[in-house]
Amino acid sequence: MVSVAARENSQGLIQVRNLDKKYTRGGEEIHVLQGLNLDVEEGEFVSFMGPSGSGKTTLLNLLGGLDVPSAGSITVAGDEVTHMSGPKLTSWRARHVGFIFQMYNLIPVLTAFQNVEMPLLLTTLSRAERRHHVELALGAVKLTDRMYHYPRQLSGGQEQRVSIARAIVADPTFLLCDEPTGDLDRSSADEILNLLEELSTVHRKTILMVTHDPRAAERSGTVLHLEKGVLIEGRKPQ
Amino acid sequence: MIIFKFFPLLIANLVRKKTRSALTMGSFAVALFLFSLLGTIDSSFNQGVEVAGADRLMVMNKTSIVQPLPVSYMERIQQIRGVKDVTFATWFGGIYKDEKNFFAQMVINHNNYLQMFREFVVPPAQWRDFCADREGAIVGKKLLQRFGWKIGDRIPLQGGIFPGTWEFNIRGVYSGTRDEHDENQFWFRYDYLDERRDFSKGMVGWYVVRVDNPDNTASIAKAIENQFANSPSEVKAESEKSFATGFVKQIGNIKGIMISVGTVVFFTLLLVTGSTMAMSVRERTGELAVLKTLGFTDRTVMALVLAESLLYALAGGLIGITLAKIYTFGGDPTGGFLPSFYLSLPKMCAGMGFAFVAGIAAGWIPATLAMRLKIVEALRRI
Repeated sequence: MVSVAARENSQGLIQVRNLDKKYTRGGEEIHVLQGLNLDVEEGEFVSFMGPSGSGKTTLLNLLGGLDVPSAGSITVAGDEVTHMSGPKLTSWRARHVGFIFQMYNLIPVLTAFQNVEMPLLLTTLSRAERRHHVELALGAVKLTDRMYHYPRQLSGGQEQRVSIARAIVADPTFLLCDEPTGDLDRSSADEILNLLEELSTVHRKTILMVTHDPRAAERSGTVLHLEKGVLIEGRKPQ
Repeated sequence: MIIFKFFPLLIANLVRKKTRSALTMGSFAVALFLFSLLGTIDSSFNQGVEVAGADRLMVMNKTSIVQPLPVSYMERIQQIRGVKDVTFATWFGGIYKDEKNFFAQMVINHNNYLQMFREFVVPPAQWRDFCADREGAIVGKKLLQRFGWKIGDRIPLQGGIFPGTWEFNIRGVYSGTRDEHDENQFWFRYDYLDERRDFSKGMVGWYVVRVDNPDNTASIAKAIENQFANSPSEVKAESEKSFATGFVKQIGNIKGIMISVGTVVFFTLLLVTGSTMAMSVRERTGELAVLKTLGFTDRTVMALVLAESLLYALAGGLIGITLAKIYTFGGDPTGGFLPSFYLSLPKMCAGMGFAFVAGIAAGWIPATLAMRLKIVEALRRI
């Protein structure tokens, strides 16, 4: 169960405690996140909503180890992420986090297969094993027939499905989705949300999603609102 | 090596902007073509130095090599302690049909010239035919090919130093034991020249001396010079390598020119490839950030950019060096001034080494920038 209050003896997969993030821009200090607490259990699908500048993406970046907090801690599956050094953090990210971006961020000169294979190149898997994993991931997003297509030969929805396949191919501990339907039409967005839902309910993947779209947020089990760097629990999307 | 796993990505990046990649590789190819040709010219000029026998001395007139020496010196040189063998040669300077058909014609002592220059090989039967024919000639393999001659042909030369038309019968063909050896010479017999010429009878151009121990060349050279001191034809003796080096120096500082051109080429390549790589990295900031997001370490990203720069350099370099090698198959382009126009394997390796260094140097700054790229800032820019 998701909680935004710091719980004693929490068994959550992700535990965030007193998380602070400050930026200095043009001599001015901006307090993006303020003493944020969060507990997310395995298999939960959580949406973060909030106005622009409320700190949603910053929170996602901190959870994914892409950025370091000004204070506080993040623990994932018992690993304290906030104090990891550069190379260790990179390696942790490769093993535990799957990223899905709004603009898909596929490498345009590689085929769908090669894009999905990228995270596996960092592992010790053999070529045949990598192929097996990539085929499974592309099968999960129903794109085996487009395996050798380049991103420019795919629709936006298909590109995002390839991006999801890339995120799940190494079987990460949790997925971070930054506006995954933000650049898609309603029908494609529904396809993507169905996929995410399936990953959460059938495959028990923990998913944290940032979205502006209330309809997208409705599909998740829990919706959390971020306002001025503070998390507010339980408000239903309008 | 983990980098081999990323080969499809590297290749895909190279063909992403085909024109730009082709131009960058082309600049490497042109540069390495030039570098290799200069190296070939340098080698050709220095060929005499490189193949000079360590145990051979050149003995010439102290005034100038163009001043002859008496043939009678041969026996006196032979008597000097440490001298193992002596032969002589003379520059003929004739013209075959046209002045542009330049090649070296050596008037040799057929009794022992081949024993002195063991790097040249003539089939024994052909050598016997040559020794049996006063008007016989031995020609280098490449020279034979150049003019389409064959054994038995009668070749007329117009005398330059020694007037008149001189005719020779090709009796044999010599070949070098190494690719660097000059196979463009024309040898004929001293007795034929001496019998027909009207002046300088009994004189030779220079002597070649083999010593018993290469460590003693300096003392033996001194002894030879002393032997003929205060005579009408005083001599100068020096090692064959020293003689060849002095000869090259008279032409000019070829190595200096090569280093200057090489340096300019190197920095031009740095600018061209460095700017290409910088553009390429800037255009792919988002992609590099995504790679880092997926778990690629800073060092791996740096290695990928460096590998890309290296691929440009090595592919372009290989093309340039291969074209230069093909060009040298056509032989001496100067009509005889560069008899050993040959691009050797060490020179080709040096060219690839040059390309390697240029590729790394050109990619270093863009690769460092890619390594230092902050994921969050880069993703924000997409």
